[in-house]
Amino acid sequence: MIEISGVSKRYDETVVVDDVSITLPRAGITAVVGPNGAGKSTLLTMIGRLVSASAGRIAVDGLDVATTPGARRLSILRQDNHIVSRLTVRDLVAFGRYPSSKGRLTRDDAAHIERALAYLGLEALAERFLDELSGGQRQRAHVATVLCQDTDYVLLDEPLNNLDMKHARDMMRLVRRMADELGKTIVIVLHDINVAATYADRIVAMRDGRIVRSGPPEAIMTSQALAAIYDMEIEVARIGDRMLAIPY
Amino acid sequence: MRVRAPSPRAVLILLGLLALAAAAGFMTIGLTGRLDFVLPLRATKLAALLLVGYAVAVSTVLFQTVSGNRILTPSIMGLDALYVLIQTVVVFLFGAAAFGAVDARLVFLVEAASMIGFAAVLYRWLFLGARHGLHLLLLAGVIFGVFFRSLSNLLQRMIDPTEFVVLQDRFFASFNTIDRDLLGLTAVIVLLVSVAGWRMRHVFDVLALGRDAAISLGVPHRATVTRVLLMVTVLVSVSTALVGPVTFLGLLVSNLAYQLVRSHRHVLILPAAVLIAWICLVGGQVALERAFGFDTALSIVIEFAGGIVFILLLLRGGLR
Repeated sequence: MIEISGVSKRYDETVVVDDVSITLPRAGITAVVGPNGAGKSTLLTMIGRLVSASAGRIAVDGLDVATTPGARRLSILRQDNHIVSRLTVRDLVAFGRYPSSKGRLTRDDAAHIERALAYLGLEALAERFLDELSGGQRQRAHVATVLCQDTDYVLLDEPLNNLDMKHARDMMRLVRRMADELGKTIVIVLHDINVAATYADRIVAMRDGRIVRSGPPEAIMTSQALAAIYDMEIEVARIGDRMLAIPY
Repeated sequence: MRVRAPSPRAVLILLGLLALAAAAGFMTIGLTGRLDFVLPLRATKLAALLLVGYAVAVSTVLFQTVSGNRILTPSIMGLDALYVLIQTVVVFLFGAAAFGAVDARLVFLVEAASMIGFAAVLYRWLFLGARHGLHLLLLAGVIFGVFFRSLSNLLQRMIDPTEFVVLQDRFFASFNTIDRDLLGLTAVIVLLVSVAGWRMRHVFDVLALGRDAAISLGVPHRATVTRVLLMVTVLVSVSTALVGPVTFLGLLVSNLAYQLVRSHRHVLILPAAVLIAWICLVGGQVALERAFGFDTALSIVIEFAGGIVFILLLLRGGLR
């Protein structure tokens, strides 16, 4: 359970996240959506302890993220991960074991690495260097690292950026499998409300640093709710049991 | 089809043999006169070369790791500019004879301490202070470097030309006059830093992934980077205080090490960089003494050769 209470982030005069309080339950996928500059990524990076909160408290399983080094409980993957070192996919994935192994890999760690590679279908690419991969493959390698870290909580910051339709769909199916098969609690920042509605169990919608709506996809996928979030007229169409927002 | 690169182990063995050959050449080539006088003299010089090579190689690789940039060297922090300024101020105030009159150990300690002190204040102020990041720290280092250099230039214009010539000699690294006490002191300090560094060897690999990934993997980034920067500063300061600024060498040896050791592991990169530095410094000194008859300073030979290698690397597109 991730408890966020009264959390704000200010840069001088600019308030990016404004007094946010919400509790995200254990298990399932929570999608954070909203227009540009709504504070989605900032909120996520505060949960992931990459950025410290100006005010308020964030606790994961009751432990304050500001004071607890939680690398074995929670992992976060940012959008662009430029790495200068010359790494193979296997080298990168092996870093996922660092929190428990501190650099000395045991047989158990090796098994973890193989499992993560297999889960992402990266066995054939394991010995390739990262700079020899396509964007989608590299993204998968980074997700494999997070998986290899084997934390209960996984935070993903816009993992679909720069992925084409097919790779984006594959990535979301994978995230869904991680939640269903491995029991991970996933918090994911997404741009496309339709992707969020299709794959997430809960949607948290932000605007101007505040949470304006939160609930299951059905509650968010209404014209009124979407208008409140995006400040524009969005039609919602029902096709079978699916709901699609049509902004254009 | 890619050509399979040689294994890191093979590269390290080859570099080790080359370094050994350079050291053997340094000790034996052109040996004449009284051996009980010449050999200890050469041994002292060799020890200084090895020590400085080690400090420069390790400090540059670590600095590039924490800054995530492979064409930076610790000299961007303005430490060597500060060294030049200290020398200039001393000559300006007390004259060129001042260096001979004061205990060399005192000069060494004051120089090293002021460089470390300057860096510590800078880190504390900019990096630990509020929300500022590493880039602001580097930028401030650049500005301070320019400030120190301009101030030195001003003072150099105002001092006696003959004193300026004496001063100028101290701006280039020279291994021809090494104080044995200082050598021992430097060795002890470098050893202490190395012990601390050895215990962090796996953390370096994680730091190279960048700030976000390192934090996600549970490394307390700010505290760790500050520690690494302090280690870098101590290494740069003692080696600069011992022989003078050797700036270009670090850039050369670190990038050659990355090229030759195709691995991300510092356990392999650091020894390779150290061995390459030893080959360059000791080999360069042999060339200096035998081919150029002491007519020039070692750093000039290295920067000339290093510049050529560096341009070749750039042209091949090896640097990324």
